[in-house]
Amino acid sequence: MSILIDSNTRVITQGITGKTGQFHTRMCREYANGKECFVAGVNPKKAGGDFEGIPIYGTVREARQVTGATVSVIYVPPPFAAAAILEAVEADLDLVICITEGIPVRDMVEVRARMRRGDRKTVLVGPNCPGVITPDEIKIGIMPGHIHRRGRIGVISRSGTLTYEAVGQLTELGLGQSSAVGIGGDPVGGLKHKDVLERFMNDPGTDAVIMIGEIGGSDEETAARWYATECTNRKPVVGFIAGVTAPPGKRMGHAGAIISGGKGTAQEKLAVLEECGIRTTKNPADMGRLLRSML
Amino acid sequence: MKIHEYQAKEILRRFGVATPRGVPCLSVDEAVRAAQRLGGSAWVVKAQIHAGGRGKGGGVKLARSVEEVRSLAGQILGMQLKTHQTGPEGQKVRRLLIEEGADIAKELYVGMVVDRASQKVALMASSEGGMDIEEVAAKTPEKIHKVFIDPASGLRDAEADDVARRIGLPEGSIVEARAVLQGLYRAFWESDASLAEINPLILTAQGHVVALDAKMNFDDNALFRHEDIAAMRDLDEEDPAEIEASKHDLSYISLEGNIGCLVNGAGLAMATMDTIKLYGAQPANFLDVGGGATTEKVTEAFKIMLRNPKVKGILVNIFGGIMRCDTIATGVVAAAREVRLHVPLVVRMKGTNEDIGRKILTDSGLPIISADNMADAAQKIVAAVAGQ
Repeated sequence: MSILIDSNTRVITQGITGKTGQFHTRMCREYANGKECFVAGVNPKKAGGDFEGIPIYGTVREARQVTGATVSVIYVPPPFAAAAILEAVEADLDLVICITEGIPVRDMVEVRARMRRGDRKTVLVGPNCPGVITPDEIKIGIMPGHIHRRGRIGVISRSGTLTYEAVGQLTELGLGQSSAVGIGGDPVGGLKHKDVLERFMNDPGTDAVIMIGEIGGSDEETAARWYATECTNRKPVVGFIAGVTAPPGKRMGHAGAIISGGKGTAQEKLAVLEECGIRTTKNPADMGRLLRSML
Repeated sequence: MKIHEYQAKEILRRFGVATPRGVPCLSVDEAVRAAQRLGGSAWVVKAQIHAGGRGKGGGVKLARSVEEVRSLAGQILGMQLKTHQTGPEGQKVRRLLIEEGADIAKELYVGMVVDRASQKVALMASSEGGMDIEEVAAKTPEKIHKVFIDPASGLRDAEADDVARRIGLPEGSIVEARAVLQGLYRAFWESDASLAEINPLILTAQGHVVALDAKMNFDDNALFRHEDIAAMRDLDEEDPAEIEASKHDLSYISLEGNIGCLVNGAGLAMATMDTIKLYGAQPANFLDVGGGATTEKVTEAFKIMLRNPKVKGILVNIFGGIMRCDTIATGVVAAAREVRLHVPLVVRMKGTNEDIGRKILTDSGLPIISADNMADAAQKIVAAVAGQ
């Protein structure tokens, strides 16, 4: 079992003809059932053509109608990415995974407002994220497939390479992953820690979770409080928060990784996680071992 | 991106926010002429640097005569202004803003940010103006009033009026306050700001509502659609190392410690810094080389780190996924040769082609210390630096 995606998922790639889109579409197609999963691309100027055998359509709606795909992945450049997300939402896709980094925050505020107003069912992951993988079934995004193993641990993270770090540790310890979800480092986006944690808690194929956060905002605390008070099917969770050494007011790479107004410090987050029954470690090299000790 | 107070006021005025009349100046003579041109009997001489707390640091002074403007401008221009936001070395004052004096009856606070939880723009307002608003928020949160703004409707008249009343503005000033609050919102939204603050917003003795100070920061990712704002960037106010890094598409931030770090990915970079601290030392910088690091980029990264005289050792931590470890190893070796590396270097590489990468490092003959994992890497660099 897994969350969000599995080998039956059919995917439309928005931005399939750009350099990044081409490279990662090839990598995704080579991974596990990728050949069956990646069924369509979208580019209004190249409709009717194909990318290495994957047919290209003029719109997401058309791609969906013809192929039946209900999930899209977006590699469209930042100035046009918000419009690409809205196109996928308006085509009523189930899930949209936006990889694009550098989308203006205002565009995402607008996207989220329109998603709320239209009461849309589409689930958004990202932007500025590595994507989602269900090992040995399907990989949608830019993560290196070969470090993953099929298994029963869920991974949630705001950051790309730190997710790989956690996955790498688990795999080395012989602990496979049910799914790994990169939710992205931007201040405004789709799924938050709590949303993904809830899915893992409800997934019969997941036994435990590593939840990785970083400075800025309060999404990790919200997830922890939900876990402590509302979650009815509690499984062991290990937490790590990056940015203990980050000074206030400085943006640490990710647009969302900033301590402002004394809020969003790593210390504060770690304290709330512990209080809520999530075991934390200050040593990122220890995430996998700590989780194993709790199984 | 940050801008100066005088620039933020220029933007706010375009959106109908009232500010005192003022003139930005680069010299004492300009300051004197500005005071003469503004007229009146009182002027405020304000240091323009990209940091808050200027008043407490002695960078904002009231002058009662043109001669006093001359002497205060002379004192403030060129001073190393130290505030709680500048760090201990302070920031050199290169610009002044000369403004007409204001007759203050009440000092208030209004600010705007994007609220992550509601995913909306939040207006925050308080009757406690002029003070450190973070302190007000921590000690008396009930004194901060918030409105979460729907982008489809903007800040509605009724919402603006309600906030104005809550922070204690009298009925006669509500219409002016509404113009200020709605102007602030439009300025924030239309110029892709990440922060806009008026602290203090004042009520004058005559009942006018005026932005006495102003601060705006902008979303770097949106500057491509605001050429006018991008042109307001003042490189004198930024860290030269950070400017150099951004030219090479590297994300770099100077810190206080002595161990340089080169990492791929922002989260892993922070985690690496944290691990160094865990083993008793402090990182000298945050440096994310990004996903597509080339030999050239790695070399530039080494040069930037080593320009910092405090750096006594370097830790490279790469999780090679799409990026292969042999590519990184080649880059590290080339960079170490080119910069004639004179401090200990610990490299931890993980992922695709990690064995080939390690062999490249060993075969180089350079004194590179190899590490198995992040904790091992941090311990080794901390020990190497301590042993020097």
